[in-house]
Amino acid sequence: MSALTQSQFFSQLKKYYSFYTGGFIAFVIVLAFLEQMGLEPKYIGYIFLAATIALYAGIGIMSKTADVSEYYVAGRRVPALFNGMATGADWMSAASFIGMAGTLYLTGYDGLAFIMGWTGGYVLVALFLAPYLRKFGQFTIPDFLGSRYGGNLPRTIGVISAIICSFVYVVAQIYGVGIITARLTGLEFQIGVFVGLAGILVCSFLGGMRAVTWTQVAQYIILIIAYMTPVVWLSLNHTGNPIPQIAYGQVLQEVTAKEKELNDPATTLGAAEAAVRAIYKEKQLAAEDKVKALEAAIAAGTADTMVGEARAALDAELAELNAAPVPDAKKIEAKKKEIAELTGPDALLAKLKKAVDAAKKGTAPVAAHAEPFSGKGAEAKLLKGNPNATEAEVAAARAEDEAASDVKRRNFIALVLCLMVGTASLPHILMRYYTTPSVREARKSVFWSLFFIFLLYFTAPALAVLVKFEVYNNLVGSSFASLPAWVANWAAVDPTLMKITDLNKDGLVQLAEMTIGGDLIVLATPEIAGLPYVVSGMVAAGGLAAALSTADGLLLTIANALSHDVYYKMIDPKASTVRRLAISKGLLLVVALLAAYTASLKPGDILFLVGAAFSLAASAFFPALVLGVFWKRANYLGAVVGMIAGLAVCMYYMYTTYDFFGGVAANEWFAIKPIAAGVFGMPAGFIGVIIGSLLSKAPSKEIQELVDHVRYPSLEADIKTQAT
Amino acid sequence: MQLSERHHEYWRKNLRLTAVLLAIWFVVTFVVIYFARELNEIVIFGFPFAFYMGAQGALIIYVLVIWFYAHRMNQLDKEFGVHEGDEE
Repeated sequence: MSALTQSQFFSQLKKYYSFYTGGFIAFVIVLAFLEQMGLEPKYIGYIFLAATIALYAGIGIMSKTADVSEYYVAGRRVPALFNGMATGADWMSAASFIGMAGTLYLTGYDGLAFIMGWTGGYVLVALFLAPYLRKFGQFTIPDFLGSRYGGNLPRTIGVISAIICSFVYVVAQIYGVGIITARLTGLEFQIGVFVGLAGILVCSFLGGMRAVTWTQVAQYIILIIAYMTPVVWLSLNHTGNPIPQIAYGQVLQEVTAKEKELNDPATTLGAAEAAVRAIYKEKQLAAEDKVKALEAAIAAGTADTMVGEARAALDAELAELNAAPVPDAKKIEAKKKEIAELTGPDALLAKLKKAVDAAKKGTAPVAAHAEPFSGKGAEAKLLKGNPNATEAEVAAARAEDEAASDVKRRNFIALVLCLMVGTASLPHILMRYYTTPSVREARKSVFWSLFFIFLLYFTAPALAVLVKFEVYNNLVGSSFASLPAWVANWAAVDPTLMKITDLNKDGLVQLAEMTIGGDLIVLATPEIAGLPYVVSGMVAAGGLAAALSTADGLLLTIANALSHDVYYKMIDPKASTVRRLAISKGLLLVVALLAAYTASLKPGDILFLVGAAFSLAASAFFPALVLGVFWKRANYLGAVVGMIAGLAVCMYYMYTTYDFFGGVAANEWFAIKPIAAGVFGMPAGFIGVIIGSLLSKAPSKEIQELVDHVRYPSLEADIKTQAT
Repeated sequence: MQLSERHHEYWRKNLRLTAVLLAIWFVVTFVVIYFARELNEIVIFGFPFAFYMGAQGALIIYVLVIWFYAHRMNQLDKEFGVHEGDEE
């Protein structure tokens, strides 16, 4: 292929991928046909899993390479359009594909922080980084830090930061792969993790960046078709308009009207909701009494009797389950686990407190979807309890609401900023802009990247509203005797995704009687829209593509940082090409196994860790990278001080405020949540670079020339920095 | 190498363009969020304005900002003679 000119290469790629897209659609149609003929859903799941992984493996094998430049940067000839698609797949993780619409469903406006944060960051990539990094043209992000600031220390800090952010992120992806594989095929989660791992390795192991790039393009095409098909169908069904992004304005208004009705006890539906909320309130009070009693018993040293009583009650429940005419193995297993976890008074206390929180959630009125930063509802509560409250009392409650709302707004802004700057600092994304043929193409490529990401991200809010409409209008108020099939199916498959119980025994569904898990929204959409199972299989394959593509990019980043930056640049600069690639591939395997092992332990708080990766990347990389291009005076000491300060402040803040590390909310500054710690780390980083640089002498003439070199796409008598 | 006055002008133009586009980015993101409660009173085609901006409007503007930057900078490269050799 190397004999082709760039434009011939481009048109050939277009031909290949058009064929491929057609092939994929034909494949889905054939499966749909087979389903009509009576093929079982289970086999459809297997076929999707096997076919897509075989496809990625095929591309990986076809792209195998022994050339360093091909391995690290795909030979620097990926056209802007295709690099855009690859970046889109690289960027959109399992969380974007499966979780995003669910987050929006559950949190309404407040969830939009992720939509804006994960797209707006590309503006920063375009304006501050992509073209300059491309002109510099080496292999990794620490490469840039090493050359620009000189010495091994900035490079080393860069390597460490890159590994920290990428590793927590890749663990989350492999975890997602495990879940999807398990759901698609019914295999055990742990087996799913390792099947997925095989899918990741076959492509990155043989061909490095080159294989990952072409696989990611293929994965993008699958994931976008899988995401769009059910949403378009749902929109057409509900509104008669096939463009969900336009149609849902109307639907949103209807949802808003319904929210008001459900919150108004004067209406039939509203009265039923209020009755269910009252039941929750009783539960909450009862649970609170128990907590108080237990706390008193712990203080008096008599808690063991209470634990014994609780255990006896659970044992009785287990006996009842065992005695049922048809014993439910799943329920028995869960009950046994519950008994095993009840180890003493502290475990019981934690369990009771959880029950209080769960009941408390049920007492909350329906949140307004489109309303930003809703307060605590103190004013409404006051007026409900005491309609004759004095003006001073009302004013105090209103002030309380406003304060709560302001804190939410502040956190929203901080989170958006961290996600945006984090996006522009994550090494696995920035690395992709090394692969375009020129600065010119790198600029265009950022546009294509965001365009392809945008297609999914501006659909997610529409999907959330469409599903909400379905739930509020067709599910709420319907009879328990005739629940829609999708509700019953999902409630049976996974109670964390869909749980529904007739609390007030009126035989009708109330909104407060349902608990919906965020991931349900995307997974159940095909069924809600009344599409055949083959579409559900396709959605799962899309989620798998999203998780695999991101994991590929991240693993490569970690392995390259270790093999290229640590081994080649610092330990053995004379290493032969063969040796460099062998080391890189070996490390890739080790890192992948380590990540899969970590994921198979099912670490809690995985979502927090992903969020934390953005704050960490933003604090460690952004100041040193941007000032490295835009401020010639920035030097070695500045970079070292800035990167360490940013990272340290960010980590310190997380450590003192996040409960996973034993921190407490009382330590928060300006009530900012630990996930947005980068909002303090970034300024620390910038100040560190500036002060450190001004305290020591200006960088050498060579480095200043390097900055000029990076700033102009082409100069006469240009120095050469491009690695080959 | 020694940079000419034209080179410096190219860089100044780049900085100015970057600053203007960054200001647009800032307004559609942070100013709109800050006043979201007030802006939501305005309803267009069923969408409260601040909600619309967060869900779609800001995203469309981001895409356009990046497109414009790429287009304008690639033009400037040619104008100031710092463009790369023709690959296509």
